[in-house]
Amino acid sequence: MQLFPCPFCGPRDETEFHYGGDAGNTRPDGGDVPIDRWANYLYLRSNPKGTAREIWVHMNCGEFFVMERDTLTHKILSSAELGGEHA
Amino acid sequence: MTASRLATGGSAIDRSRPVRFSFDGATVDGFAGDTIASALLANDVAVVGRSFKYHRPRGIWGAGVEEPNALIDIDGASPNTRATTEPAREGLVAKSVNATPNALADRNAFLDRFSRFIPAAFYYKTFMWPDWHMFEPRIRAMAGLGEVDRSWVSSGPADQVNHHCDVLVVGAGPAGLAAAKLAAGAGLSVTLVDDQREPGGSLGYRDGEIDGKPAATWIEETLAALAAGGHLILPSTTAFGIYDHNLVGLNQRHFDGRRDTLWRVRPGKIVLATGAIERPLPFANNDLPGILSADAALSYLRRHAVLAGRRIVVATNNDSAYEVAAAVIEAGADVTVVDIRRDGMPAAPAKMKLVKGRTLASAIGRLRVEAVTLDDGSRLDADCVLVSGGWTPTIHLFGQAKGKLAWSEARAAFLPGDPVDGIAVAGAAAGAVSLSEVFTSAEKAVAAPGAQVPAAPRSTGPEATGGISAAWPKPGSKGRVWIDYQNDVTVKDVELAARENFVSVEHLKRYTTLGMATDQGKTSNLPGLALMAGITGRTVPEIGTTTYRPPFTPVPLASFAGGRVGQSMAPVRRLPLESAHRESGAVFQEYGGWLRPAHYGGRDADADRTIQDEARRARQSVALFDGSTLGKIEVIGPKAAEFVDFLYYNTMSTLKPGRCRYGFMLSENGVVFDDGVLVRLDEHRFVVSCSSSHVAAVHARLEEWRQDRFGCGAVYIHNATSQMATLTVSGPNARKLLETVGLGLSLADADLPHMAIGHGGYGGNEIRIARVSFTGDRSYEISIRADRAEPLWAHLREAGKAFDAVLIGLEALMILRAEKGFIVIGKDTDGTTLPHDLGSEGPRAKRQTEYVGRRSLFTEQASRGDRLQLVGLTVPQGEAPLPTGAHGIKRSDGRLRSQGFVTSSYESPTLGRPIALGLMECGAARHGETIEMQHLGKLRTATIAAPCAYDPAGERLNA
Repeated sequence: MQLFPCPFCGPRDETEFHYGGDAGNTRPDGGDVPIDRWANYLYLRSNPKGTAREIWVHMNCGEFFVMERDTLTHKILSSAELGGEHA
Repeated sequence: MTASRLATGGSAIDRSRPVRFSFDGATVDGFAGDTIASALLANDVAVVGRSFKYHRPRGIWGAGVEEPNALIDIDGASPNTRATTEPAREGLVAKSVNATPNALADRNAFLDRFSRFIPAAFYYKTFMWPDWHMFEPRIRAMAGLGEVDRSWVSSGPADQVNHHCDVLVVGAGPAGLAAAKLAAGAGLSVTLVDDQREPGGSLGYRDGEIDGKPAATWIEETLAALAAGGHLILPSTTAFGIYDHNLVGLNQRHFDGRRDTLWRVRPGKIVLATGAIERPLPFANNDLPGILSADAALSYLRRHAVLAGRRIVVATNNDSAYEVAAAVIEAGADVTVVDIRRDGMPAAPAKMKLVKGRTLASAIGRLRVEAVTLDDGSRLDADCVLVSGGWTPTIHLFGQAKGKLAWSEARAAFLPGDPVDGIAVAGAAAGAVSLSEVFTSAEKAVAAPGAQVPAAPRSTGPEATGGISAAWPKPGSKGRVWIDYQNDVTVKDVELAARENFVSVEHLKRYTTLGMATDQGKTSNLPGLALMAGITGRTVPEIGTTTYRPPFTPVPLASFAGGRVGQSMAPVRRLPLESAHRESGAVFQEYGGWLRPAHYGGRDADADRTIQDEARRARQSVALFDGSTLGKIEVIGPKAAEFVDFLYYNTMSTLKPGRCRYGFMLSENGVVFDDGVLVRLDEHRFVVSCSSSHVAAVHARLEEWRQDRFGCGAVYIHNATSQMATLTVSGPNARKLLETVGLGLSLADADLPHMAIGHGGYGGNEIRIARVSFTGDRSYEISIRADRAEPLWAHLREAGKAFDAVLIGLEALMILRAEKGFIVIGKDTDGTTLPHDLGSEGPRAKRQTEYVGRRSLFTEQASRGDRLQLVGLTVPQGEAPLPTGAHGIKRSDGRLRSQGFVTSSYESPTLGRPIALGLMECGAARHGETIEMQHLGKLRTATIAAPCAYDPAGERLNA
C-alpha cells in the first residue's frame, strides 16, 4: 500500500485518498467554448508513463492538493497545497 | 520398518510430553515439539496424500513452507494445511486431501493408469463441446485438494496490527539473527520474524560454531539479548508480501484456537534473510513416497530425532548433501551417495559408499520407494532416497518488491540483482553458503551511512562449501519425471507445451499449471523453466522467471478481513430516532446506506397493505415522517451566492433570505447529478439540501469546487447532516397539528408561505421550519438538534392522535412523490439524463452566467430531438401496475426496438389506480399516446401522460 504525503496531515495510507484528475486541466468557461476544447477538458487524459502531476484529495481532512509521482515506480516526488491549480 | 524415531536426541521435541492425534483415522504418537509431518515420519507413515490430478500416492518431501505433497485438513477447519509447519497437538484430527476414503487406499488411484491420455491441457481440449460447464462439477470433484467444512463457525474476527520499526528482519536463521543482532547493536529498533515455531533456521540442525560457541547456544544468547533490548521477535509468522512503498504483510499463527493475526509493518528498512529451498532431482518416479529433500531429512533427524530410512540412497549434484550423509550414517543408516559429479566433491565420511558421475534413472516401488536404478542400469535397494538438486534462494519477497534477479552460473540459481530502495538481502537468499559468507552479507545488509554497527559474529567451526554441477530435467527423459508435485506436472507436459508453442515462461505456467498450486512452485519453478530452456535451446536467464506476487504462502482470508466482517463490513448509518421508530413497530430497511423505517407494522405479507394504508391516510389528514437523512450542507461566506450559482443549474443568487428554491446540480458532462431544495438563511449563508444517499458525494463536489475555483477565504462549507434531525409533518391538517404543539413562530401562510423558512424554538432548542413538500401536500420540515429531537417527535405523535395522524415510512413516501411526478435521482434518471429531459428548460435557454455542466447542454447529443424524456404512464382500467424496468417498444420492419422504460411504478391508493414514471423518446410531446410495453417477453399497453398524476394545479400545497 502506497504512502501519500498529505500536505496538511503528513504521510497516510493511499486508501485515505481519492484521485481528482490531472493537474493543470484548466476548465474553459462559457457556453460557447469550442466543442473540442470542452471535450479535451472533460475526457482526454495524458496518462503518462513516468512523472505525473495529479490532483488528489485526502478524504480524512478534505483537502485537495497536487501530488507529483512516478506512475511506473510509484515513487512520490512531491506534494503541495492546491494554490490555484485546477482539478 | 524404515523411518523411525531414535532413542535419543531431537532438539525440538520434549519426550516428557507425549501427544496423540489421528491421521486418516489411525492413531499417531508423537511428542510436544513435533510437527504433524515429523510425527507421521516417526510412525513410518509413508503415504500422506494423493496428488491433485492423477491421485498418485505422495509422501513428505520437505520440512517447511515449501512442502508440495503433505497437505492435510485439520479438524475440518483448515484445509490444505502443510503438515510440515503444523504442530502436533493432542486430540487433533488430521485427514489427507484428495483421497477417498484415505491416502493409502484411494479409489481414484486408477486415474494414474490413464495418465498418458490426460496430459496438460487435456481438459481444455476435450471438454469444449457443448459446454465446459457441463463437465466442470465432475472434474472438480475428482481433482482438487482440501475441502471446506461449511458447518464450521469462526471463533471471532482476526486481529490486525499496524506496526512500525527501524528494521524488519525476515527469517531468523543465521543471517537473520546476525542482522537483527547487528541492527540492535547499532541502536535501531528491530522486529524479527520467522515462519518456524523455533527461530534458528538451518542453524537449528546444520553444523556450525559461532564466536567459539555451539550454534544452539549462540541462537539462544542472540534471542535473549534481542528480547532484553525490547525488540520484537515473532515466531510462527510468515512475511507473505511486500507491497507498495515497502509495506510488509505478516501472518502470525497462534496454535491456541485464536485466529491468525495480520500485521501491517512499515519498517525503515527490510532485511530479507529468507534462506534457500532445496530442489528435487529429475528421475522417473521421483515423486514416490520415501523420497525426501536431503535437507529436510537432516532437519527431522537433528530436531525431531527421526531417521527417514535404514537403507538410504543420497542423490546429489552439490556439496550440501555430504553433511546429511554423514549425519544419517552416524544415526545408524546404511548410505550410498550417488553424485552427478566425477570430482570436486567434499571429503566423504567414513562408511559412506560413493558412486561418482552417475545420476538416478528411476525409482522403483508402488506405495513407497523400494529401489533405484542408475543411468548405467545398475540397481540399488533403498527404503529411502534423500535428494539434493541444489538450492533456490528464497527471493520471492525481493521479486515482489520489483527487485531484478541476476543469474548465477556458479550457484545454478537466480540471486537478487540490482538493489531495491530500503531492502537488503542477506544469507542464503543472497547466495551465501558458508557461515562466514552469511555473516558478511548480514553485516553489509545492516550497514548504513553513519550507522555504528558492531562487529559481525565470526564462524569458528567447519564451513560449508557450495560446489554444484547443474542437473536440470532433460527433454526426452524416460518414464514420468515429476517437476511440479503438487499440480502433477511432468517433463512430458513441459515438452508438450513447447511443441504447442507455449514457450514463454508465463504461457508455460498457465498451460501446464506449473507452479500454480498452493506451494506456488517453490520446488518446481526453476527446474521447469530450466527444462524449457533446454528444450528451446536457450539459457535459463533468457527464459526468465514468472512474476512474483503475494502471498508467499497461503494466508487465511479471515486475516485480511480482520474486524471487517458481518455488520462491520459496511456499517449502516442509523437515525437518531431509531429506538422511537422501533417502539412504533417500524420495519427497517437499508436505503442508500441508511437504516430507515420502510413502514410501520405490517410485516411480510401485510407489508403492501400497510404501505398502501400509510399512503392513503397521509393524503386524508396528516402524516409524520422522519426525514433526518436529508442532506444539510451549509455554504457560508462572502462568495456563497456566487458559489451556489455556479454549482446549481438554476440561478440561486436571486433567492431572498428566508426562502427556498428547488434545483438541479449537474455533472460537468451535463447529466443531472442531484436535486434538492436550497435554503437561503441570510445574505451569505445557504443550506444545500441534497438526496440522502448523495450527501457525501455532494459534499465532496462542493469542496472540490470551493478549493479549486473559489478559494478558502471566499466560501466555507460545513456538512451538518448528522447534527440535525428533520421531522416532516405533511398533509391537509399539518398546520393545525403543529399549532397545537407550539413551536414559537407564526405558521400563518402569510408569515410562512410555501417555499419559505421560519425560525422557532421547542423545549429551549432552536428549530428551523422549512415549508417544502415532497408529497405535494402542505408540508413542514422541522430541523432540530439530533440529540434533542426525541421529545419533539413524541409530542408530534401525541398531538397527532387528535388528527388521526399516520406514521409513514419511506415506501409510502415513494408512492406520494410518484403521484406528484417528483423524481428520485438515479431511479427516475440515469447516466444520460440532462435537465431539459426532465422538463427543466428555463436555465438552459436563459442563463447567461457560468455553471457546472453548462457547455455540455449544448452539444449535438444534448440537442437531439429523440431524447428520453420524463413521462407519466397510465394503464388500462383494472390492470396491475407496470413492472419497473418494462420497456416501451416500437415496431419497425417486424423488429422490436426499445423507446424507453419504466423507472417507478406503484399502485396509488388515493387515485385508486396504478401510476408510473418513465423515460420515453420525445415523451414530453406524446402525452395521450398509447404505446406497447414489454417486460420479460410479455406485451401490454400503456398511455403516456404528464408525470404529475395527482393535483396538477398544486392546490393541496396550501389546502
